[in-house]
Amino acid sequence: MEIKKKRQGAVLFSDYTRGKAIEKIVKISREDVLSEIKESKLKGRGGAGFPTSTKWMLTAAAVDPVKYLICNADEGEPGTFKDRVLLSEYPELVFDGMVIGGYVIGAKEGILYLRGEYEYMKKSLEDYLEVMRKDNLLGKNIGGKEGFDYDIKIRMGSGAYVCGEETALIESLEGNRGEARNKPPFPVNTGFLGHPTSVNNVETLAAISHIVVKGGKWYQKYGTDKSSGSKLFSVSGDCKKPGVYELPWGTTITDLLKLVEAENTKAVQVGGASGVCLPKSQFDRKLSYEDAATGGSIMIFNESRNMLHILKNFMEFFVEESCGQCTPCRIGNVKLLEGVEMIERGDYTFSYINKLKELGQTMQISSKCGLGQSSPNSFISIIENFKEEIFNYGNGGTHVR
Amino acid sequence: MLVMEKNFLSEEIEKLVNTYGNSRSSLMPILQDIQKKHHYISDFAQQEVARILDIHPVEVYSVISFYSFLSSVPKGRNIVRLCQTITCDLSGKENVARAIERELGIVFGETTKDNRISLEYTNCLGMCDQGPAMLVNDKIYTHLNPEKAVEIINEIK
Repeated sequence: MEIKKKRQGAVLFSDYTRGKAIEKIVKISREDVLSEIKESKLKGRGGAGFPTSTKWMLTAAAVDPVKYLICNADEGEPGTFKDRVLLSEYPELVFDGMVIGGYVIGAKEGILYLRGEYEYMKKSLEDYLEVMRKDNLLGKNIGGKEGFDYDIKIRMGSGAYVCGEETALIESLEGNRGEARNKPPFPVNTGFLGHPTSVNNVETLAAISHIVVKGGKWYQKYGTDKSSGSKLFSVSGDCKKPGVYELPWGTTITDLLKLVEAENTKAVQVGGASGVCLPKSQFDRKLSYEDAATGGSIMIFNESRNMLHILKNFMEFFVEESCGQCTPCRIGNVKLLEGVEMIERGDYTFSYINKLKELGQTMQISSKCGLGQSSPNSFISIIENFKEEIFNYGNGGTHVR
Repeated sequence: MLVMEKNFLSEEIEKLVNTYGNSRSSLMPILQDIQKKHHYISDFAQQEVARILDIHPVEVYSVISFYSFLSSVPKGRNIVRLCQTITCDLSGKENVARAIERELGIVFGETTKDNRISLEYTNCLGMCDQGPAMLVNDKIYTHLNPEKAVEIINEIK
């Protein structure tokens, strides 16, 4: 694995010294920390974009002596690898963020749920936690503050994409199949083992450490009005410089393509397999919660790529990763994949393909969790945005390439 | 399974329960450790875990069957997991896969006769910027090509 040290970035990759944010919070009240985060307008970086201050406020307000803070490092979305970079190169940001979260919501225990595929990081992360304990950044009376006890443990996933969904993740931690729960109740009220729990993305927690030290106002300077701050973009596919880039929200796709030196780009998949696939005509769209939203995954496809092949790969992914609990997702993804295979063989009717698009919309509103709600996105957007290629010239026109 | 082996396994599981605690939420780490050491979780191991945690054995089985890294049937001593998701696919995963299959004389989903290697496909390993990528047990290899992949495979004991 390559490790590029000294990354460039205005916010997340700016200077930070381990423990600095913790030193600061032990001198101020929970409310003051929370209002700083509220001012930053930070939204959850996993993709859903729920305001972090609201999530923490709700968890803090819940009445229960036992609460948990969970860091969701079950990064499984195709094309996403920012958490790998944060955890392997900037663990101080993530773990300090977890301590801050514990302080704000009143948890005694934090859990890092690390995907099984990242097991090679576990040892160094555990060593890091040990150093934090020695430096009194974890353990009893943290930073000399009486009664501020908090520790972090690492729990491994076992290869299930759906466990990135927060309630499925909690089920997995409880020793069950990773099947999403009905909501409400939300984890902020009834989470891990029935206690109030805040589940936060790795990148969200890393941003928190900077916000606490440098202030909500400083953070808000970056990005757009509705999407404050910066975002880590995991860029892969057909470009000269793939990798993780920190850019302010609001950056256009065209600008990003220039930065990573992508040429002859035909399509950009924004938001991973569960995101949407944009054609050239939409490259002026802005990467932000209000326009082209993403948890960070940007996959670039050039003119030589077969869009139907890409769509088939995505649908195979969802058929495998659907937990099978609810019917729209379990059956729907299989039907969409069959549709792609019919187009591939040239054995389809347009009325059936239109039916499948409707099925996709049904899945979006009727699936139980985010997996089934977003898995039809790539089907609908690729069939719509690249119909010329697929039906006139590509496999759909039976001109097999 | 010999009685002695059974006793060893029971002892081992009891030790794991002492380490992780005897609540249901310890189930995953217990199963992960058994999987790592024995390369699968046998019927007997499942029953023992269930007995000690005081849950039904089928509960244990249902969890094992859900997660792709846990298995109720024996796997090879080493598991090679090649990423099949889109960016690895577009950067040449197919050629790597065929080369490994030819070299080992088995196809993905199978285990070599000497139990040395099980071949599996896996979904996104988070190495999309360095594909094709594969995991050998918990070690990651990136920027693979057929030659390099086979070299790595041949070094596995």
